[in-house]
Amino acid sequence: MGSITLEHVNKSFGEVEIIPDISLDIRDGEFVVFVGPSGCGKSTLLRLIAGLEDTTSGTILLDGQDVTDAPPARRGLAMVFQSYALYPHMSVRDNIAFPLKMAKLPQDVIDQKVDYAARTLNLASYLDRRPRALSGGQRQRVAIGRAIVREPKAFLFDEPLSNLDAALRVNMRLEITELHQQLKTTMIYVTHDQVEAMTMADRIVVLNAGNVEQFGSPLDLYKKPANRFVAGFIGSPKMNFVDGPEAAKHNAHSIGVRPEHFKLSTTEGAWKGTVGVAEQLGSDTFLHVQTDGLGLMTIRTDGDQTFRHGDVVWLTPDPTRIYKFDAAGKAI
Amino acid sequence: MQKTECHALALRQAQDEVYWNFLRREERMATKQTRALARTMMAPAVVVLFIWMIVPLVMTLWFSFQNYSLINPMMTGFAGWANYVYVIGDPSFTQSLINTLLLVGGVLVITIVGGTFLALLLDQPIWGQGILRILVISPFFVMPPVAALIWKNGFMHPGYGMLGHLWKFFGLQPVDWFNQYPLFSVIVIVAWQWLPFATLILLTALQSLSEEQREAAEMDGANAVNRFRYIILPHMARAITIVILIQTIFLLGIFAEIRVTTGGGPGYASTNIAFLVFRTGILSNDIGAGSAGGVVAVIIANIVAIFLMRAVGKNLDA
Repeated sequence: MGSITLEHVNKSFGEVEIIPDISLDIRDGEFVVFVGPSGCGKSTLLRLIAGLEDTTSGTILLDGQDVTDAPPARRGLAMVFQSYALYPHMSVRDNIAFPLKMAKLPQDVIDQKVDYAARTLNLASYLDRRPRALSGGQRQRVAIGRAIVREPKAFLFDEPLSNLDAALRVNMRLEITELHQQLKTTMIYVTHDQVEAMTMADRIVVLNAGNVEQFGSPLDLYKKPANRFVAGFIGSPKMNFVDGPEAAKHNAHSIGVRPEHFKLSTTEGAWKGTVGVAEQLGSDTFLHVQTDGLGLMTIRTDGDQTFRHGDVVWLTPDPTRIYKFDAAGKAI
Repeated sequence: MQKTECHALALRQAQDEVYWNFLRREERMATKQTRALARTMMAPAVVVLFIWMIVPLVMTLWFSFQNYSLINPMMTGFAGWANYVYVIGDPSFTQSLINTLLLVGGVLVITIVGGTFLALLLDQPIWGQGILRILVISPFFVMPPVAALIWKNGFMHPGYGMLGHLWKFFGLQPVDWFNQYPLFSVIVIVAWQWLPFATLILLTALQSLSEEQREAAEMDGANAVNRFRYIILPHMARAITIVILIQTIFLLGIFAEIRVTTGGGPGYASTNIAFLVFRTGILSNDIGAGSAGGVVAVIIANIVAIFLMRAVGKNLDA
């Protein structure tokens, strides 16, 4: 079991308030991703749950029990760190066995659990190596192995993939999601990468300046962003925003259109513009169009479109998919 | 496991392998050229150091086989092994050898245990940390004879030393440290001087331990004692090795502290090998026997060095 509840949690470092007031309810077995720009307090929030930082005020409940003042070891959570934090002087086997050894389990139980974890994570042939002799992906798997042997109530991941190269990151992303399907344990995952958030999460918490901007499923956030910040943060490439009279036509302070929700024409349409850079990915092409009076817009078209720099195009936003925001940035 | 997963895994492992082979090859190519360059650059320093070492050594060797006593200037010429037989055969030699080992060992134990403890304390966030660290380091800046004099007159003198007053305050008979516990007193003084060095090196090692590793151990359920034993101590192993190596080299030749305080006495109770050479060569004016003692001291130092390198040098390879 591993449901985690935060009630009015506040964290300040001296004068600086990192997290003003957060209340969250994370259900048992859920994969929740904390996402937000750097410095938004997402790592601090994770460390508060882990017990590595003390809350200034508020309560943290684990399975309904108050653990606000409990030391990290008592909470029964496991954490995977950004730098992996493997113990360099221990072999892979000893690294994975360390939490079990600290729990004073008998040696044969430890061996059994370590072997099982090693088989699950394909580490069996590396067990006697030192972390130094492993590649980034293997180290990452050892760190995960060290977390799963304890059979924790929940896993906490602190940007675990940010030190890996792009290809490996996609692989590990799949492996962690697969692991969650097998274990069905609560996982909290911190990242600044919205693609990771969208692909892995059951529900996403979007954080900005220590506040929860929105908490919902990936598609919820994509389809019904609560405000302009979430709309801009979720989705790649970013949503295009238009202010002023054009937005006023839609009775809004500003409107937003996603790059994939435009109709493109060379002859007619709502907004006229000139093609700037065209990024061709093969499957898609991202056009950066300088519109007359509305600024630069990113448009997603299929990969067969061949526009050149300087071509004149007409853009028509899909009227059913225009997001409207009021002066405070809230969705209307 | 599903087939596609197997395939992806094999591919990933192959990629890893290629990557590591690539790294190794890069390393080889680079070292071939840099090694030659490094040798050329190092050569002048090595040559100068070699001359610096070999000339005094050869002169000492030469004197050690000569009859060369200032008390008896008429007796000259080749002495054979007589000087060596005289120095090693004397009971003072065995005692000095034991004293040397006790001195080195005692100071090493005190400085490493105490240094680790102080480093752990100084690593805690406290008010006035900067000033405190300078204060802790300061004994290292005091010259050995000065430090020895401070201890001799300021602390350990039974009549007007601080410790004497302390004993009297509790109604006890003041201890005459240099007569009752001569070697122990010298060990305390030398340990006081070297404690800052050990603390400094161990503190830097402690500070280089990544915060995430400590936190990971905390999450893994390790309490403070276990964190120290399984995470902090292994991390400091290399620094401790360095402290042992460097201190041993200096501690084998401790001289000033003994000269200023006990003068090697009472009897030979606080005479180490270095001081024995001084007593024979300078105090007894027997240059030949003193040189023989010096050669023996060099041999002993080398034996200790070999043992040390074998025992703790392994830590440095990693």
